[in-house]
Amino acid sequence: MLSVRRPGHLMQGKVAFLAAFLVSVSLANAGETEKTMKPYTEKIANTDVTFDMVPIPGGEFVLGSPAGEKKREDDEGPQIKVKIEPFWMGKHEVTWNEYDVWSFNLDIQRRKLTRVKADAKEKAADAVTRPTKPYTDMTFDMGHDGYPAICMTQLAAKTYCKWLSEKTGHYYRLPTEAEWEYACRAGTTTAYSFGDDPSKLDDYAWHYANCNDTYQKVGKKKPNPWGLYDMHGNVSEWVLDQYIPDAYKKWSGKGTLKFPVNVPTKLYPRIVRGGSWDDEPEELRSANRIYSSSDWKIQDPQLPQSIWYHTDAIMVGFRVVRPLKVPTAEERKKYNLDPIIPADEGR
Amino acid sequence: MTQSNDQSTSRRDFLKVSTATAVGTGVLSSLGSTAHIYAGGDDKVKVGLVGCGGRGTGAASQALSTDGNVKLEAMADAFDDRLDRSLKNLQKQFSGRPERIDVAEEKKFVGFDAYQKVLDSGVDVVILATPPGFRPIHFEAAVNKGVHVFMEKPVATDVTGVKKVLAAAKKAKDKKLAVGVGLQRHHQAPYIETINRLKDGAIGDITSMRCYWNGGGVWEPRLDRKDAKSEMEYQMRNWYYYNWLCGDHINEQHIHNIDVCNWLKEDFPVKAYGMGGRQVRTDKKYGEIYDHFAVEFEYADGTRMYSQCRHIRNCWNSVTEHAQGSKGSCDISGAKYQTNAGYKWKYRGKKPNPYQVEHDDLFAAIRKGTPYNEAEYGAKSTMTAILGRLATYSGKPVTWDQAMASNVNLMPKDFSWEATPITVPDDNGFYPIPTPGATKVL
Repeated sequence: MLSVRRPGHLMQGKVAFLAAFLVSVSLANAGETEKTMKPYTEKIANTDVTFDMVPIPGGEFVLGSPAGEKKREDDEGPQIKVKIEPFWMGKHEVTWNEYDVWSFNLDIQRRKLTRVKADAKEKAADAVTRPTKPYTDMTFDMGHDGYPAICMTQLAAKTYCKWLSEKTGHYYRLPTEAEWEYACRAGTTTAYSFGDDPSKLDDYAWHYANCNDTYQKVGKKKPNPWGLYDMHGNVSEWVLDQYIPDAYKKWSGKGTLKFPVNVPTKLYPRIVRGGSWDDEPEELRSANRIYSSSDWKIQDPQLPQSIWYHTDAIMVGFRVVRPLKVPTAEERKKYNLDPIIPADEGR
Repeated sequence: MTQSNDQSTSRRDFLKVSTATAVGTGVLSSLGSTAHIYAGGDDKVKVGLVGCGGRGTGAASQALSTDGNVKLEAMADAFDDRLDRSLKNLQKQFSGRPERIDVAEEKKFVGFDAYQKVLDSGVDVVILATPPGFRPIHFEAAVNKGVHVFMEKPVATDVTGVKKVLAAAKKAKDKKLAVGVGLQRHHQAPYIETINRLKDGAIGDITSMRCYWNGGGVWEPRLDRKDAKSEMEYQMRNWYYYNWLCGDHINEQHIHNIDVCNWLKEDFPVKAYGMGGRQVRTDKKYGEIYDHFAVEFEYADGTRMYSQCRHIRNCWNSVTEHAQGSKGSCDISGAKYQTNAGYKWKYRGKKPNPYQVEHDDLFAAIRKGTPYNEAEYGAKSTMTAILGRLATYSGKPVTWDQAMASNVNLMPKDFSWEATPITVPDDNGFYPIPTPGATKVL
């Protein structure tokens, strides 16, 4: 019976997960230093899909917005000094081309069709859980090739990173909220990475007034000073943190913070950053914080609701980062960096 | 030219729903749709659930979230593990209102006859959410018992079932029973507004319609052959892949889009021409259903509806409906249209959750005692989808009247774990697959 077999299957999954962890030792960026970090293009094996990564130098910055920033909200302050370690960040938001390889097993299907044998990386990647199929089309007919993947839960985004790590041999994860804002600001202290004037937004971002009610292909606007596209607008991007309105207040007075992250303990609300095609200019500001709610699943007619999909977060996607210093197993656990698939998978 | 109907206000309202709802607001509490007012709201409405999968459980949750005193009192499923999981999930969902769920141990019924036991247990409303093949039997029994019904779409998988539902629908009207059908687009504000505008002639006369359910497919088979105690158990656990249970994906999912076109047309097709097959999802574990259909439906006045549904990954996806008119075109699902003269309209109003609204509407009707019966169009839209399947499987045009005159019955003769379904696998585990040009469907 299913109810009896299911835990058995999960067990097997867990064993495979552990095996994958052991393989993951090779995910270290051996010999790389901040100085040798370069932009690179990663190819997803057994597909034609590639994505570009941009080096983000380490440094210190001020998280949050100054009290005088126009349209600022209370949760963006007080400003906090943060030290950020170097990492690479996706030049673009993760596209459907990338995401569907994982969610629809396109690599496995292609391997079978071309009769290619799975190597160790492929086997480790295959052992990572993939989502159930969405009951409806998750592009909502807004476009697929070259468009940002949307509507995934934070768990799905994290699991994608886990899979991508095994698949490529490079350690990928979601950024923390602080890392995201650091990369978005790219050394600037203004409301947007191009200054304070929202009227310039059309050069850099897709937002409500210029997007024709839909997301747009990634990379069509100007990048920020560090070469990242669509940090403002197009789709909001998942980060690792739980949303705590007064998080900065709690952090203030503790000097320069290293790797601040609010490790999630509840499903809602968690943070997305950057604002989206469906948002007003002020929501696209570097410091603005947007958070998830159960309403993002309001049209999921099932109970329990899917752990992989939102039905109403058509403005939410994500981008990946690859830290130069690969976290240890303890760090992964401490910061909840790995996805934890609930025992009852939801469907 | 864009119509300026208080867009700024409604846009902010929409944003509130989509991005910025207050922390800690749950799905249920946030709905708060108290639009209807009724007398005697404190009268308890006792609900029974038949079919405890994800959708049945969701429907129960929505029923229990309607206004007034409503309580889940009885449950039925073919499998006890499904029932237990469903109850557990509902209890979790209603931890803040535990009084809404009161399912005594003796009101948990398991097996093929469990539905009748729920009906006999004294419930006022029953939710029918088993695989659709059982729906006609369950609906007929509910009407005979005099119980109000919410039933999920589709309402049958074969013509015999459709006829049974139509007969029971008539009887339900006579008995003044309320019947809701889970074609929730009929309760979805953007759809309602758009269809009403089209019916008012916003894009002139409707000259053709097209609709799609193209996606990557649904859940993988849940039970391995080696773990099945019988063929019946194997098919029941993997119900999506067997026609007597599901009716193929044109029936199970695409019905939503086909139904929208029928709704706009205020009619049902007289004839269907179709093609399709099983190109990618060929493994024996995928039973007997196709993975793509393209069907042209013809209405009595000659208008056509072009329909596609596909369960193949990494292809063009769309779950939408569109209408072409003599004076413009409309993306019905996108709730927007434009006229040839350059006028553009898009729905900017509120978007309450249609899955909740359909229950709010049904329960309000039950409490008020107003006539409410969606069974007939539910049955006829189901029949439209079945007609498309018949035309596709046979490779030949099939008329509504031909189909309705037939007595093809896909259901097993009797229901038990030892009973034999109408299609069984060969020695290698493969099922007979319908073959256009060769397969006889009527």
